[in-house]
Amino acid sequence: MSSPAPARNGAPAIAIRGLRKEFGSVVAVDEVDLDIANGEFFSMLGPSGSGKTTVLRMVAGFESPTAGTIELGGVDVTKDAPFSRDVNTVFQDYALFPHMTVAQNVEYGLRVKRVPRAERRTRAQEALERVQLGEYGARRPGQLSGGQRQRVALARALVNRPRVLLLDEPLGALDLKLRREMQVELKQLQRDLGITFLFVTHDQEEALTMSDRIAVFNQGRIEQVASPRDLYELPATPFVAGFVGTSNVLDGDAAIKLLGEPGTFSVRPEKIQLHLDASHVPTQHAVTAAGVVREVVYLGSATQSIVDLDHGGSLIVLRQNQQSSEEGDVAGRGAHVHLSWRREHTVPVTAG
Amino acid sequence: MTMSPAFKVTLRVLTGLALLVIYVPLLLVVLNSFNASQTFAWPPEDYTLEWWRKAVDSQGAKEAVVTSVQVALIASGISLVLGTMAAMALQRYRFFGRDTVSLLIILPIALPGIVTGIALNNAFRTVFGLDLGFLTIVVAHATFCIVTVFNNVLARLRRMGTNLEEASADLGASTFTTFRLVTFPMMRSALIAGGLLAFALSFDEIIVTTFTAGAQQQTLPIWIFNNLFRPNQAPVVNVVAVVLILLSVIPIWISQKLAGPTDGLAGR
Repeated sequence: MSSPAPARNGAPAIAIRGLRKEFGSVVAVDEVDLDIANGEFFSMLGPSGSGKTTVLRMVAGFESPTAGTIELGGVDVTKDAPFSRDVNTVFQDYALFPHMTVAQNVEYGLRVKRVPRAERRTRAQEALERVQLGEYGARRPGQLSGGQRQRVALARALVNRPRVLLLDEPLGALDLKLRREMQVELKQLQRDLGITFLFVTHDQEEALTMSDRIAVFNQGRIEQVASPRDLYELPATPFVAGFVGTSNVLDGDAAIKLLGEPGTFSVRPEKIQLHLDASHVPTQHAVTAAGVVREVVYLGSATQSIVDLDHGGSLIVLRQNQQSSEEGDVAGRGAHVHLSWRREHTVPVTAG
Repeated sequence: MTMSPAFKVTLRVLTGLALLVIYVPLLLVVLNSFNASQTFAWPPEDYTLEWWRKAVDSQGAKEAVVTSVQVALIASGISLVLGTMAAMALQRYRFFGRDTVSLLIILPIALPGIVTGIALNNAFRTVFGLDLGFLTIVVAHATFCIVTVFNNVLARLRRMGTNLEEASADLGASTFTTFRLVTFPMMRSALIAGGLLAFALSFDEIIVTTFTAGAQQQTLPIWIFNNLFRPNQAPVVNVVAVVLILLSVIPIWISQKLAGPTDGLAGR
């Protein structure tokens, strides 16, 4: 167990088939299928209660599925206890052992696997240095800051060289700045080690920043599995369009009048241009819509305008503040404006 | 919260009065154990260590102390094992009738001692056919000593949650290894606190003991009770009472230190 056993030829790191979990009468996870490749950074994104953490806990072995199977490297582990699975978890609250030193915490996995003392010392020290905590081995978890505890939890999992690392909202308790730093570090670490990461988060920005692929969860089901770019540019359902990025949906009358076809369509706010004069609309912008500015929100790097369309509904427009602020404020509240964007930026989304 | 000065003064006076009522008589016992007058004339005219010497020489008192310590140790030991197992079963697993079992475990501490005493006395003699003696005292004490251990361990397990145990399993530790390396060390201070409380409870118990002790065995409280009204033994009784106070206070004090501010005397 000290080093990952070679995966069976071509078998994915994690293969989930027909996974289902009921808690009493509540269906937490509903028919989930997933294949996660070796060395992939895979995120499960969704609001709280969408079932993403339950899937993670079933992969770890803390919950047993009501139905379905879980394979790790081609081996069915559905019925295996957590301690006999070649995965390690970084917990949301870190779950460091308060009665042990940092070094003892990191050594724990090696200790229970009876790795000789000298070797586990060396490996624990290496793991601590990898997370820049080489000097902290003798401290207790209680004497560390949140960010440091997070790193210890990471070292404690990685020292076992698992085939798959499970991360349950590991950055959730950190402040924004630290979270951004850790996002970059985690991604680098994953690339260096080549370990498969299965990452649970409710933060869409976090998922987009770090992941190779993302599964968006809603009410126990997967809405879409795609790369961050595809998820953002080509959301498959209104839920994904709204949960990843800002929701900007055209439907009903507005869709028929503006796009010439019925249905539900998503268009990202930064794809839309806002003009005071209809004659300024670029020729390649096939779609135009007239409306009245309802609200202008200054965001620092950009300005967001909410425009009520004459044909019904409203759209959010995001414009980088490249000019000075006075020029940017031209289309103030109540101004009549023309919106325009390329036809291909209108993505049909099927009602989930 | 701000309090009016009058309210503050009233509170202080009431607290002071309550403490006086409790501790002045205790202090009196301590003083009288050194009072040279055999009839405890007040105020004491002279002090002596004679009663302490007599107490040390008293065979009955010494035997009673030994019996009491033995009973309390064994009853606490039984309580530690059974109370911990019960608390873990009730906190970590859900099963039918869980709340009822929990209530049934706690009930003996609330039941009047005289009821427990009579019930156990009947059961031991008629149903189990046991002669009353050392064994029956121990079993009787264990019934209510379990509660202190049970409550302390339960509170600790509840506060601990299951995260640490999950983390241990995740890192490859079997269920037993997890208990040995994580659960038990985390419970240790709760076990010591519960065990000390159990010891103190058993050590000064008299009602249940009266019904389960038989003629041969005397615990310290029973020895005191029997000798209280013999005039020439009265000074020695004071000395034994002081010893009893010390032996009860020390474990309670230690257990409060260990349990921390949240658990406190959860067992009582």
